[in-house]
Amino acid sequence: MVTPAVEFQAVARRFGTVQALDGVDLAVAPGEFFGLLGPNGAGKTTLISILAGLVRADRGRARVLGHDVVDDYREARRLLGVVPQELVFDPFFTVRETLAFQAGYFGIHDARAWIDEILERLGLAAKADANMRSLSGGMKRRVLVGQALVHKPPVIVLDEPTAGVDVELRHSLWAFIRQLNASGHTVILTTHYLEEAEALCGRIAMLKAGRVVALDSTHALLARFPGLGVRLVADRVPAHWAARARRQEPGALHIALASHGELEQLLADLRVEGITIAELSIGAADLEQVFLRIMQEERAA
Amino acid sequence: MSATGASAEELPSAGPPRALRGTGWLTLLRKELLRFWKVSFQTIAAPVLTSLLYLLIFSHVLERHVAVYDGRVAYTHFLVPGLVMMAILQNAFANSSSSLIQSKITGNLIFVLLPPLSPTELFAAYVLGAMVRGLVVGLGVFVVTIGFAPSLLAMPHPVWALAFALAGSAILAILGLIAGIWADKFDQLAAFQNFVVLPLTFLSGVFYSIHSLPPVWQAASHANPFFYMIDGFRYGFFGVSDTSPWLSLAIVAGFLVALTALTLALLARGWRLRS
Repeated sequence: MVTPAVEFQAVARRFGTVQALDGVDLAVAPGEFFGLLGPNGAGKTTLISILAGLVRADRGRARVLGHDVVDDYREARRLLGVVPQELVFDPFFTVRETLAFQAGYFGIHDARAWIDEILERLGLAAKADANMRSLSGGMKRRVLVGQALVHKPPVIVLDEPTAGVDVELRHSLWAFIRQLNASGHTVILTTHYLEEAEALCGRIAMLKAGRVVALDSTHALLARFPGLGVRLVADRVPAHWAARARRQEPGALHIALASHGELEQLLADLRVEGITIAELSIGAADLEQVFLRIMQEERAA
Repeated sequence: MSATGASAEELPSAGPPRALRGTGWLTLLRKELLRFWKVSFQTIAAPVLTSLLYLLIFSHVLERHVAVYDGRVAYTHFLVPGLVMMAILQNAFANSSSSLIQSKITGNLIFVLLPPLSPTELFAAYVLGAMVRGLVVGLGVFVVTIGFAPSLLAMPHPVWALAFALAGSAILAILGLIAGIWADKFDQLAAFQNFVVLPLTFLSGVFYSIHSLPPVWQAASHANPFFYMIDGFRYGFFGVSDTSPWLSLAIVAGFLVALTALTLALLARGWRLRS
């Protein structure tokens, strides 16, 4: 059996009265593009922080390519690159200095060629000698990605890498991360943009209240609920339908349906109440619907 | 995995590059040195000027009023090594404590916590960086004040002076490290500085010989570890001191060893750094 790139065994952690993680078991195989999903407070960042050695687990073990993050922390950290969620930087230094220091902390003192390549690939070459303070948020985000890659870790963790990032940068970051994965890096991504997970991840774990509530390939998760999604624009909607709709754009309702039978019921209800439909489109269930279903099932359980 | 058309050759293959293990702390030390060097007007020039002002004012006012070592040493001569040592101590403390608190508040401490730096490596980098800052400022104070007491250049025991400068700067660097790790806000750090470090420094005999104090205060001074640093440092310049330099050295060395052990244990536990 191949050593997992990342492995969590019965990991638990409590902060005060909050059980942030409640016995998480997960294994990510080398070369996977793995998504860690969950609502805010589900424990995604705590799990990542335990892997990175920033937070200690109360119970359980975490390993990077077989190296325990506590007992063998030097090897574990050498094999891991982490892009933190917060846009942090050291205002004293330039972009190039920032990357060179980061390489140096890992004992790599001749990283110039690799740093040039990172700067080039992340579109930072023109800003190499600019002070970190002068960079835009998107540029700072790219430097964070560069810092995580500077020691060429085989396992890369990105904690909400596209939070607050504009569409253009989001897509260039996606392309870059895909390339990393294609060249053999294991990538673990936490996000709450489900569209992002659906587009990138081969396998997904959903976390809720510190526990893994779903773990499967993205494909299988999407197939798990053979439903459809309806996007509806109308002057009004019967109350019991409005209650289960999501409003992710102004004026339009998104309703997840279990079957075509339900679609007929929806249309019948609209007709009975004499509601005029302005727009109606029907598509296959997306990850967002799957996610909401799983979260609802958990609440019911 | 070829959805983007990226081939394995486009990026260097995964796997650790040439890393010299156990050398990460040298980079952290370099960063610590650059950090204060880049703002040297504030971190070096300003404290040197402050010490010069202390010398001008105190020596002018007190030269004829304060007798030290039974009148064998002129007050200005006595004051210069005291000011040098005070500058060393305060700046060593300021460097490690401000570096830590700034990194914590801006959040960039994470860049030091993610790499495989051991507790000993973190300790060595922060403490040595702060010692260099303290010693550079101390040297600066010595250079600008020596003109007022040129005979000090013929110091009888330079090795003693150097030993106490090194040990004193190390102790304050470590205290700064502890304070910086402990504090969550600049406010807390300022409290540590103003209510612990400053009183201990000022009451350690920078400006006076403790033999000029009433017996109660003399006894109290002997409980102040800073007193032994400054007294031992002065011994290097005058060959006389309030207390035996060997006793001072033993106390200072003991203090240094105890603080080092404590701080390494705190770092190993990840106290206030890794939750």
